[in-house]
Amino acid sequence: MTGLADGSIYASLALALVLIYKATEVINFAQGEMAMFTTYIAYALYTHPHFGQTLGYWPMFFMTLVIAFVFGVGLQRVVIRPLEHASVLTVVMATIALLVILNGLAAWIWSPELKFFPSPFPTSTWVVGGVHISKQDTGTFLVTLGCVFVLWLFFRFTKLGLAMRAGAVNPGAARLLGVRTSWLLALGWGFAAVLGAVSGMMSAPAVFLSPSMMQAVLIFAFAGAILGGLESPVGAVAGGLGIGILLSMLGTYVHAVTPELRLPVALLILLVVLLVKPAGLFGRVVVRRV
Amino acid sequence: MAPLLELDGVSARYGPVAALHGVSLTVDDGEIVALLGANGAGKTTTLRAVSGMVRRAGTIVFAGRQLRANPESTARAGIAHVPEGRGIFAELTVMENLRMGAYVRRGRPDMRMVMEYFPWLETRGNQQAGTLSGGEQQMLALARAFLQRPRLLMLDEPSLGLAPLVTREVFRVVGDLNEKEGLAVLVVEQNATIALSAARRAYVLETGAVATSGSADDLKSNDAVRSAYLGY
Repeated sequence: MTGLADGSIYASLALALVLIYKATEVINFAQGEMAMFTTYIAYALYTHPHFGQTLGYWPMFFMTLVIAFVFGVGLQRVVIRPLEHASVLTVVMATIALLVILNGLAAWIWSPELKFFPSPFPTSTWVVGGVHISKQDTGTFLVTLGCVFVLWLFFRFTKLGLAMRAGAVNPGAARLLGVRTSWLLALGWGFAAVLGAVSGMMSAPAVFLSPSMMQAVLIFAFAGAILGGLESPVGAVAGGLGIGILLSMLGTYVHAVTPELRLPVALLILLVVLLVKPAGLFGRVVVRRV
Repeated sequence: MAPLLELDGVSARYGPVAALHGVSLTVDDGEIVALLGANGAGKTTTLRAVSGMVRRAGTIVFAGRQLRANPESTARAGIAHVPEGRGIFAELTVMENLRMGAYVRRGRPDMRMVMEYFPWLETRGNQQAGTLSGGEQQMLALARAFLQRPRLLMLDEPSLGLAPLVTREVFRVVGDLNEKEGLAVLVVEQNATIALSAARRAYVLETGAVATSGSADDLKSNDAVRSAYLGY
């Protein structure tokens, strides 16, 4: 279950990466730090001297999601959109700059020492057929995938969701149909930020809040996204879950794989997948006629 | 009566290269106008200038108002532009493509009306648009444009890559839409024969400017046009 819970956290962040990649062909390297930063904002809300006492967990959670959304939209409008006509490399460099800035900013505002972050789930376990299932892990899994599911509903059934998908496939044609693709890109960043915030707030209780909290998660999420095929949302979720389960099983059954080796193992898996099936498990190889 | 679409001295450039030099033309409500010319004459650029896909100078007036120079505004103003290559969303289904056609409109898309002109679409709703044949994709693009309920339909080379019989079918549907729905059409075509049989008037572009214009009948009997574009 821990594997699934971890996996769902990676899946959420992986989906955020794929969301932005699908629409803009840019990997947002700052996705993890954005998640970390919004988790700190949640922390600030929760520990606020005035209303922190009366604010319950879930109100804080949802307020943070809204703030994350605005933050994501804002970043796209202010940092990314001016680079609309620049090369992909330039935009990627901008996201890396963002990563560094957010990391430094968080350390400066809140200090780099580890902080405790609350979890809405009890730490007890259920015993099912002799197996201990952690309520915390189950809760994490359900909440994270619940958010992913809601997002899926949005993309599948709403007019705006369809427009965003169309805009990712063929932005020129979408504009000719009246779609303001520029704003939809901002919306995409907003949703990605929300997914990141969920990832962050679900991670923080276990790993403790710190500016470097999401760095490893980003790598695992990236591995999951590539495993699933960068252009496939389903792949991102499956890949993230897969990496989580795989690492958990390896850690449990293969004693040679100590906790420090988790990250290298994940990257090794990534390498093997890319060698064998470069498009990822769910990806398609795109042949472009030159 | 004022024309539906009026271009006056429109110029356009791709970076340092000037593609249009002062093009002037009109399209009246409910008429089909063809834009003919050789490769590179500026036909596609003219359509792009109207939709605002390319930087332009000069006046473009649609339904009495100046058109703002971006594709989103053009679509909202009531112009449906089916670009070169059809511009369908290959990874989405046929039904999703059609729903996108109705994006600019409020309320639910009028599928019944679309099915009247494109009955075969009914059974293909869930098919991935990229797997349709060229002719079917052209029809899909037309159906989608029609769902915008535009006043003017701009078609860029509908015959491109299509067999003659299929091309005739496409133009038949366009003619139907024009007659029964009063839809004005500005069609860019290299296939001058079929374009002149469908259109009432036509303009011939050469190196970015209007070289000749007139009624379709006049142009068909014009010797210069015949030898250059009709091949006889």
